[in-house]
Amino acid sequence: MTADVRLQGITKRFEDFTALSDICLDIEAGEFIVLLGPSGCGKSTLLSIIGGFLSPSAGRVLIGDKDMTDVPPSIRPTTTMFQDYALFPHMTLRDNVAFGLRMRKLGRRERALKADEFLDLVGMKASAARKPHELSGGQRQRVALARALAVNPDLLLLDEPLGALDMKLRRQMQDELKSIQREIGTTFIHVTHDQEEAMAIADRIVVMNDGVIEGCGEPSDIYMRPQSIFTAGFMGEVNFIAGKVVGEDAPQIDIETCFGLTRIPRAAFRAGIPTKGESTMLCIRPEQLHPSSEHSGYTDLCQAKIIDGAFFGTHFRCHLQAPAAPELVLVAHLPQSTHLHVGETIDLGLNLADIVALPPKPPAAEL
Amino acid sequence: MNLRRVLSETFSWSYFAAIYAFIFLPVAVLVLFSFQDGRLPIPPFNGVTLKWYGEVFGDSRLMSALGNSLKVAFLSSLMACLLGFCAAYGLARFRLPATALQRVLLTAPLTVSYLIIALGLLVLFNWLGVRLSLWTVGIGHVVINLPLCFAIIYASMGEHQRNIERAAQDLGANSLQVVLLVTAPMLMPSILAAFFLSLTFSWDEFIISFLLSRFDVTLPVEIWSLLRSGLNPKTNAIGSIVFLASTVLLVVLEIFVFRARSQK
Repeated sequence: MTADVRLQGITKRFEDFTALSDICLDIEAGEFIVLLGPSGCGKSTLLSIIGGFLSPSAGRVLIGDKDMTDVPPSIRPTTTMFQDYALFPHMTLRDNVAFGLRMRKLGRRERALKADEFLDLVGMKASAARKPHELSGGQRQRVALARALAVNPDLLLLDEPLGALDMKLRRQMQDELKSIQREIGTTFIHVTHDQEEAMAIADRIVVMNDGVIEGCGEPSDIYMRPQSIFTAGFMGEVNFIAGKVVGEDAPQIDIETCFGLTRIPRAAFRAGIPTKGESTMLCIRPEQLHPSSEHSGYTDLCQAKIIDGAFFGTHFRCHLQAPAAPELVLVAHLPQSTHLHVGETIDLGLNLADIVALPPKPPAAEL
Repeated sequence: MNLRRVLSETFSWSYFAAIYAFIFLPVAVLVLFSFQDGRLPIPPFNGVTLKWYGEVFGDSRLMSALGNSLKVAFLSSLMACLLGFCAAYGLARFRLPATALQRVLLTAPLTVSYLIIALGLLVLFNWLGVRLSLWTVGIGHVVINLPLCFAIIYASMGEHQRNIERAAQDLGANSLQVVLLVTAPMLMPSILAAFFLSLTFSWDEFIISFLLSRFDVTLPVEIWSLLRSGLNPKTNAIGSIVFLASTVLLVVLEIFVFRARSQK
């Protein structure tokens, strides 16, 4: 089963600390949503409110059009997969997975069959008679997933479930989570602080910071066309170049930066177009900067000297310094084939359509 | 060099032997002379007989005292565990007023001597008009064992288990189901440890049993009245049986505590 979720003006205050302020979010049935943000941003608090373990100070939680704000977890159509797995240590895996069905008064045989079916889904059927302490972290993880899914929830909540796994296992589990979610079609809300994990699994990423939503969209949108400085910085490395609006044309805006005048398409202004005289921040990802000689259609940004560089497998990551702005260190990912000479000066260029320009501080409306 | 090693090893082994002799020699002597073929449990040892054990098992008063001891130990330990679990669960899982003070109050009786507790209960029972019986002994044993059970069970309740209880709730269990199907079974090793420790204490306890019983008495009280009529290998035999029972309980306890630790 699956259901849509609507969060309307969720606010949570703890004594003198506001963990969430006025969170509004619509989630479609069957979506895989990732709540992403640094620790303390309120993402886990929001998940607890959706799961019913905390009640909001204000606002409503609607699941499948029903108001669930004051419904206890035991009768919400949600299940949670906890960070520490929270398996029942005294029960076999089969009994763990069957627990929810037992609470729903299913017969012993029926629930054992169903439990085996879900253990099979996560590839743990062979260990059904074992106990949790005999398993590795990754295996416990799978059992926790099977247990949460066995009761056929409308909505599965995942609280940093992959946090304790090593890198390789985490990648593997991400793929499995994604494919299981596609197979069963349940709405998933997944909390993480790892932006790579978020991009790997999400249909839509919700970036949170300080109890507010900073940005929301498909992974490629969130990464390449962020709506706030925070999102741009949190999703990966970025070069911030401060500028000032000096002129307006129909299709373009003229920005004066330390590298001179640049004409930027209006589409680059993701959070509203500033008026003349206002300052703005240009955000350029390291992989968008290339030696302009190698690409036709690139616009020169500046001349810059390579200070240092290292080979990262898929690219060379370099620090560069432009004589025009000696205090600014640029980061660029140059192609693998580049022959890197530290001290060499190159012409850095980029495709103007890649630039994102954002207000230097988040607009007051979002605070 | 070699001499030094020999000396140090000799010393270690003698120390080892001395310390265990100090602890176990009295018990060994007690057990040995329970097999004494003679009227007095004192040296010289005349030879082996099982006669005194036969007398113990043929003594209806001793046997009924043994039965009483088992009943009191079992029921009072059960009660102490149940109350201790409830107190621990309440204090660990709910926001109650003055939690720290309540914890101190619950464990404070551990520091009070059994004699004082027995006197207090005796006065209280008199005042309430409660007749002394095995029930009053049992109540006394609950009073001394409850703090212990509470402390053992409370110590084993952590935050990690809280998420496990949340998971049970999340899967549809009501509060009672959470406690019965998840919390209690999950804490079973420590609950059993508390139970067997209470059982051992209640089984061996004399002062409270002596002051709070009347016609039906527990085994230690019966042994005490036997001792008043002088030393006799029969008292050694019953003493050996009590010792054996306590040892068995301790071994069982050790197994549960050991299992609880190795599972973590």
